[in-house]
Amino acid sequence: MPVTIEIPTAFRKFTDDAPKYSCSATTVAEALAALTRQFPGLGKHVRDDQGQIRQFLNVYLNEEDIRFLGGEACEVKDGDRVLLVPSIAGGSN
Amino acid sequence: MSETYQLRCRECGKFWGNTPKSFCEECFSPLEVAYDYDALKKIARKENLASRDFNMWRYSELLPLPEGFVAPNSAGGTPLVAARHLAKNLGVKNLYVKNDAVCFPSLSFKDRVVATALAAARRFEFRTVGCSSTGNLANAVAAQSAQQGFDACVFIPADLEPAKILNTAVYGARIVRINGNYDHVNRLCAQIADRFQWGLVNVNLRPYYAEGSKTHGYEIAEQLGWTLPDNVVVPMAGGSLIGKIAKAFRELVLLGWVKEKPVKFFGAQATGCSPISSAVKNGLKRFDPQKPNTIARSLAIGNPADGNYASELIRTSGGWADDVSDPEIVDAIQLLAETEGIFGETAAGVTVGVTKKLIHAGRIGANETTVVCVTGNGLKTTDAIVSEYPLTEAIAPRLDAFEAYLDAQIGASAAAAKV
Repeated sequence: MPVTIEIPTAFRKFTDDAPKYSCSATTVAEALAALTRQFPGLGKHVRDDQGQIRQFLNVYLNEEDIRFLGGEACEVKDGDRVLLVPSIAGGSN
Repeated sequence: MSETYQLRCRECGKFWGNTPKSFCEECFSPLEVAYDYDALKKIARKENLASRDFNMWRYSELLPLPEGFVAPNSAGGTPLVAARHLAKNLGVKNLYVKNDAVCFPSLSFKDRVVATALAAARRFEFRTVGCSSTGNLANAVAAQSAQQGFDACVFIPADLEPAKILNTAVYGARIVRINGNYDHVNRLCAQIADRFQWGLVNVNLRPYYAEGSKTHGYEIAEQLGWTLPDNVVVPMAGGSLIGKIAKAFRELVLLGWVKEKPVKFFGAQATGCSPISSAVKNGLKRFDPQKPNTIARSLAIGNPADGNYASELIRTSGGWADDVSDPEIVDAIQLLAETEGIFGETAAGVTVGVTKKLIHAGRIGANETTVVCVTGNGLKTTDAIVSEYPLTEAIAPRLDAFEAYLDAQIGASAAAAKV
């Protein structure tokens, strides 16, 4: 299924400035895997050392946070959009 | 560093100078303002405060303000109320209410964060500023933008309380209502900050914005005679304020302005939006996001940006987090008003309601000094309690009509009242 991943400006130094990447996938996890295969420099920014999606990266399937859709295993369908949005937090230490 | 502060990545520690940026472009973790405390020790002196007005700017050296900054208003400087009647009601002795319901200019603690954010916006030469908001922040951005000559564009969930929308519109701000909850609005704003050259106070100016919250903590310590309380109970939406109060206390210790002591941090949420309190109660390192459903709309953030930092602080300080239902929130608003004459918004109901729970559960001791943070004014959320106060029947302007009224209301004792 072709899906489109929208890439925030801060990630584009790893994607040759491409704002979007289209790939074929059946789940969000597959789409992210295709993205990081295409742009290996993004890999460590999408997942941490344990292979989890990074704490400060929010992933949306169309309008919904994937954490409400069962996580990255959620299925995608033709024409879906996957959004990567860095989380915005202040910190305190 | 040439200035006394600059941005630093919270996770990898990389410094970024001063720039309108909220996350590290190396590791995408949040940025925060870091200070050169050795330099601050030389320029920030407690004795200098005596000649300064009691508002947030008295702590200017401890805030990320540009050189030559001139205070544009008198935000902060709110009362710390010794809440004797509320304390008695709850069965404790030393209870204080830090009352940001009367913070100027827009009657919530958000005036503090907007004040430091707009100082940064001016420094970075933004003409248009804005925010994603559950209401109070929009009010503060609109009011202070009017004061300081910025164009304001604020983004809010479409179903916000009418009073909060009006309190933004009146200042001439552009209001964009979004069909969605705050988390949808916030995500959109992250994308807008990525696309437009705007100063969004809680997005690309967030590190500077968040520092304004520290003044709530500085004032608590100063108003307690330069001592720290045993406990602080803080409402949590995005989870930033509680961490900034902790940072304020740490800085005062570092500067030698207060003696070090352990302070327990307690977080308060509404049960209908309790990702942080649930994480604390269930021992989770990462919170699970929620879909908010509560009358406490100023706290209705289901994906709190600082949620994991907040729960970690609560755990390591020996505190706790809890949440209260909508009826408990209404009861607590009434309790605070009837005991202390303070009309707080729904978030205040959350904080007072959770304080009551914590005291009854024995997590807050009767003889400990506890500060309850009230962060917004009840006049903004009257819709949450209006049904509690139906209009009474009007009477004729005659003494006999009043006597008949009294008889009907309180029966025989009315006679005694007449004498």
